[in-house]
Amino acid sequence: MMPGRLSSIAMALVFAAMVVPAHAATIEITMENLVISPAEVSAKVGDTIAWINNDVFAHTATAKNGDFDVNLPAKKSGTFVLKKAGMVDYYCRYHPNMKATLKIEP
Amino acid sequence: MFVRWSAAIAAVALLSSPALAQGAKPTDPQIAHIAYTAGVIDINAAKQAQKKAKNKDVKAFAEDMLRDHEAVNKQALALVKKLNVTPEDNDTSKALSKQASEKLAELDKLDGAAFDKAYVANEVAYHKAVNSALETQLIPSASNAELKSLLQTGLKIFQGHQQHAEHVAAELK
Repeated sequence: MMPGRLSSIAMALVFAAMVVPAHAATIEITMENLVISPAEVSAKVGDTIAWINNDVFAHTATAKNGDFDVNLPAKKSGTFVLKKAGMVDYYCRYHPNMKATLKIEP
Repeated sequence: MFVRWSAAIAAVALLSSPALAQGAKPTDPQIAHIAYTAGVIDINAAKQAQKKAKNKDVKAFAEDMLRDHEAVNKQALALVKKLNVTPEDNDTSKALSKQASEKLAELDKLDGAAFDKAYVANEVAYHKAVNSALETQLIPSASNAELKSLLQTGLKIFQGHQQHAEHVAAELK
């Protein structure tokens, strides 16, 4: 009915989809059956990491270098906005056999 | 050192008690009972530690054990209900419970730092023994796929607990 408006909305949506992630993406990482996946994730400073705990057990995402320590109660998620570049190894304080790495680019 | 090893050896010896060691594989109802009993034992140990522990890391560890083992046992109960399996008491469960009540009595006589150390050392040894039983006996013997999968998740959790307990033990030194 109003092709002009629709196409501009479509354009805006396409544009938004292209532009927003480039600035600050949200990257989801799941914890399920005591496995963190993906175990290695590349991200950029400013991105948000969202850990989704699908287990009935509480977990944490705890950086070895002390940069973050996010509590993840059973069946809950938690986020952290990346502030510094670098390779950060993290683990779960309750189950230290759960390990993963973030590769954070500037 | 002596306490830790004797506990580990006793637990391993019990978990491979004659009823199970003679090639007779435990049945699923027996496995469910053993796994549930092993969880209850660690819950009771954690409750004792919550009352007696002085060190804040030890107290926090006990709280973690309580929360996780209660969650695992809740899943185990839901599963046996779903599968319509009645957990069956057996010699291994009985031996485990007997040894655990002796351990509780032994730890009850200790206080302060001595209790903290002995509790954490026993947690390391106990989880080691349970993990070895899960890996070598209970998981291979389980015939129901869902039971096997729950035991496998349990193994990963308890391996985590063992490492966690080892960290706490190292901090206490």
